Formats: sequence, C-alpha cells, structure tokens
Amino acid sequence: MTLEASVRVHRDDFTLDVQINVSAGETVAVLGPNGAGKTTLLRALAGLDEIEGRVTLEGEVLDDSERGIHVPAERRHVGLVFQDHVLFPHLSVLDNVAFGLRAQRRPGATAAARRLLDEANLGDRAAAMPRALSGGQGQRVALLRALATEPRLLLLDEPLSALDVSVRAEVRRELARQLASFRGVRLLVTHDPLEAMALADSLVVLEHGSIIQSGTPDEVTARPRSRFVADLAGVNLLRGRAEGDHVLLHDGASVAAAGAGSGDVFAVVHPHAVAIYRNRPDGTPRNVWEGVVDSIDSYGDRVRVRVKGAVPLVAEVTPGAVRELDLRPGAGVWVVVKATEVSTYPA
Amino acid sequence: MRRARVPAPIGLLAGLGLLLFLLPLAGLVIKAPWGQALAEFRDPTTLTALGLSMFCSLTATAIALILGIPLAVILARTRGPLRNVLRALTTLPMVLPPVVGGVSLLLAFGRRGLVGSYLYDAFGIQIPFTTAAAVMAETFVAMPFLVIAVEAGIRSLDHRYEEAARSLGAGYWTVFARVTLPLLRPAIFSGAVLCWARALGEFGATITFAGNFPGRTQTVPIAVYIALETQPQAAITLSLILLAISIAILVGMRDRWLGAL
Repeated sequence: MTLEASVRVHRDDFTLDVQINVSAGETVAVLGPNGAGKTTLLRALAGLDEIEGRVTLEGEVLDDSERGIHVPAERRHVGLVFQDHVLFPHLSVLDNVAFGLRAQRRPGATAAARRLLDEANLGDRAAAMPRALSGGQGQRVALLRALATEPRLLLLDEPLSALDVSVRAEVRRELARQLASFRGVRLLVTHDPLEAMALADSLVVLEHGSIIQSGTPDEVTARPRSRFVADLAGVNLLRGRAEGDHVLLHDGASVAAAGAGSGDVFAVVHPHAVAIYRNRPDGTPRNVWEGVVDSIDSYGDRVRVRVKGAVPLVAEVTPGAVRELDLRPGAGVWVVVKATEVSTYPA
Repeated sequence: MRRARVPAPIGLLAGLGLLLFLLPLAGLVIKAPWGQALAEFRDPTTLTALGLSMFCSLTATAIALILGIPLAVILARTRGPLRNVLRALTTLPMVLPPVVGGVSLLLAFGRRGLVGSYLYDAFGIQIPFTTAAAVMAETFVAMPFLVIAVEAGIRSLDHRYEEAARSLGAGYWTVFARVTLPLLRPAIFSGAVLCWARALGEFGATITFAGNFPGRTQTVPIAVYIALETQPQAAITLSLILLAISIAILVGMRDRWLGAL
C-alpha cells in the first residue's frame, strides 16, 4: 500500500512541483515555512483541487492529468484533519464522528461512532456541541471523525499548531497513538519542526514549491540544505565553492575548513563552536572575522548571539560571557571558528 | 464606552433627521382613535385585507426561498462578467421604482404581454389583476433582499466545512443539505424576514400589476391608501397593524440589527 504522487500546481506567481512516495505504515511529514506550498499539496492529494501530474494510491489512479482522470474528494477515501478542528458546528460530537459513515450509507454508523468515542475516552462528550469542547478535545474528535470511515490515506494539516502549548503534548500523544494503529498511508504537513519530529518517521522539506531535502529527521538536520532546515537544527549554514582547505562564499569571504574538497558545498558551523572576542585575538584558529552584534536571545542557561559581518554567524555562549564582554546589539566583536569545526558536504 | 464629543452642527442635523422619523410615528400613535381602532379591526374589509396580505407575503417569501437560494448559490460561487450582469439584474428590483416593476410585469405577463399572450392563447390563463399577480409583484420586489442576504452568507461561509464533508465521502447533495444549508440558517432566516417585511409593505408594483380588488388583490397597504379618502379611521387602524408587525420584526431580529453589527 503506497501513495505515489507527482503533483504540479501553477498559480499566479507560484508553482508547486513535487514528487513524493509514502508507504503504508510510515508517517511522512512535509515540513516547510509558510507559503512553501504545503497546504496546496495536501489539497491536491485530498482531491479538492485538480492538478497536473499523476497520483496513485495502492495502484489505483486518483489523478492523471494526461488521461484526464480526476477522482473527486468524496470518492477518494481520504481522511483529512485541519489545523483547527473544523467540526460541523451544528452537529453534536457523535453526529460529527458518524457523519462520514452516514454519508457513505454504512450501516451502524451511530454505534460505530459511539464506540470510537468511548475508546478515545471521549464517550461523555458524545452529546456535546463542538463549541463546548476544549481545543484539544476538538482536535481529537476531528481525528476520530477522519478515521471513522477507515480511509486509505490520512492527511493532517498542522494538526497541533492551533492548540495551546498546555494541551499540545496530550493531543500529540493521542495523535501518535492513533497514527501508530492506523494502517493506511499517513502524511502530515507542518511548519513546526517539533510536530514533525514527534510524529513522523521521515521528513520531506518543502520550500518555494519544491522538495529540497528528504530523509529521516536525523539525516535532514545533520546536513541541512536550506536556511529553514539549518534554523530548525539550530546551526549556521553557509554556501560557497570549496577550494582545497577553504570555502569561498558567494560574497567573497573565505572560510577555512578542513578537507573542504572542491565544487559547490554547504558548510555547517554549530553555534557552540563559534567564539566571540571584543578584541582581535591571536591564536591558531584560522577563521577570524570582524562583525557587529545584531541580536541577543536568551534560552535559559544559553544565549544565542547573532553577529552581522562578512560571515554572518550565530554564536552560543553563556549568560556570564555576555555580561563579562558587555555584549549588546551594535557592539563591535570578533568571531572565531576553528577550521576543524566547519563541516562541509556537496550542495 | 467613552462618549465622543459631537460638534453642535452635527448634533443639530442628526436631531432633525431623527425628528423626521419620529414625528410621523408619534402622529400615528397619538392621533390614532384607539377606541375605534379595535372596532375597525373587526371590520370584515380590514380582516380580509389583512388575511390576503399575510397569504400573499408568505407565499411570496416561500417562492423567494425556493428560487432565491439557488440564485444566491450561483451568484456566490461563480465568477466572471456573466455573473456580474446576473447580480446586477437580481438586485435591480431593489432600486427600481416599484411602479416601474408593476408596468414591466404587465408588459411581460399581461394579456398582450411577452409571455402573457401565449399563456392566454394556449391555456386561457390570465395573470394580471388576480391574487397570483399580487404574489408575483411582491416576489419580484422582495426576493432580492433574500438573495443578497443568502449570497453574503455563502460568501462568509468557511468553505473548509464543505471540504471536510466531501473528504468524508459526502456528495454534492449531501453536503448541501447537511452542511451548507444548516450553516446558512441564520442568513436564510434574516433574508427571509427582510423579504417578508418588504413583501408585506409592497404597494406600487402590486397596485399596478394586480389592481385593487378587495378579497383578491387588495392587500393592507393598498387598503390603507384607498381607505384614507373614505374611512380615515380604517386607514389608521391598518397602519397601526403594519407598524406593530414592523416593531415585532425589529424586536425578533434584535440580535442581528440592534446589537453589535
């Protein structure tokens, strides 16, 4: 059981062009910043929009623009969960969960819906109207509504991001449990790396309408191929041309990197490998650049200092260091990175 | 809420405007012969006009619901120049002088009219100056109010409800009946009430197309106008009834119109 999709959507000044394969039993998260085309992709797979390209699920053709095939959403057997629950406000929780079964004229819809609610410990909310539910309950009911018809493909659109942080963990656990027992194809789109890492077995990074990276969360964050991924992995990402033992950045600056190789490369520098000095230091590190403190963000016992300059970098230091060096936005500093702390890989 | 300072000229003009509304109403309520009003109310002419008005306006509203909701769906869900023309045509009766509406109806459905001549020749059906004509005139004038309200309702609908329903396997009609219509209930209700109120007060198109035949086409507004010359008391009583109905509508819809808009 697999989903094989090759989706192209053109809109005014935006083009989505994505190839994606997902096997049953695997949760794939499509991760990307807002505007990357995640929701467009999801709507296409759900059959809500017509596309160019080809989508097959378990070998059944759902879309094939060349042959003029488009199976509409109501005949796809796809479960769809939105960012906010989108429960029908005029129907009770029970009627919401039974909606799909009734729409498909399956016998025993009410009993089945009640059983699902009981299993999810939501049986006592069966008669409630959606507006009486908490955000977490609403999203759990929405998940049950989508699963009630036993869809072959489950599509989740940022299922946790509209929730309060306080209930997010609870819903995430429930979601992980439901996902684990769901036997169809599972696809999640999100801009929240935490949501993706917590729920997905593998990541697909989408930016500006195309996939720039995919793999397990570890693989993706170990070797970021975009600023978005670098930011979520918390590392500095530079791009340039490798020439032996250094990387020449596009704006002319040179970064010494042990064994940089040749050709177009990404260079990754972890923020804790970046040191900050107020005066130009003398020493073995070969990467010494002058810069100006741009911003200072505190994360508990660590502080991230963003430095503007020929090579913009984020350094991770202690609050004590910030006090001692009197770091503040606008302060002139020197940033230092050992060449052995710069890892490179082909772009 | 902080009270805003209002410059004197604006306050003065606003007060004059308010008087223009209030004085006639005050005149009606104060000068009304309340003693006789009750007696007039039992007058068969009054009761007949009232009954006919109710029948015609409610029938017109029912027709507007049956024809107007689909029209609103089309206006809200399609795009392009044709839709814009359609929308202009639909809203025309709202700005058209009702008497012009009545003349147009005569030219379309009169015995020598565009359609009316065929109806008469083929079936012997004659619409003008019948109760059906009164209903048609009221529908013509009042339906746009329903169409506009429902169209706005559809536009402000979160389309994801319908998409969620579709993804659950509901076809067009199931989605329409079980999701779209229930979600539109407030818009349909307020549109229907507006439409009914407009139909109830309809005068110009009705008297032009349906005439003034007691028991057949003489609705309350027409009866008021006719009675004003011969039995002013009856006219005042009927006016009071219409005023009471209007106030009842306002009170009934207070959440929508009098609350925070």
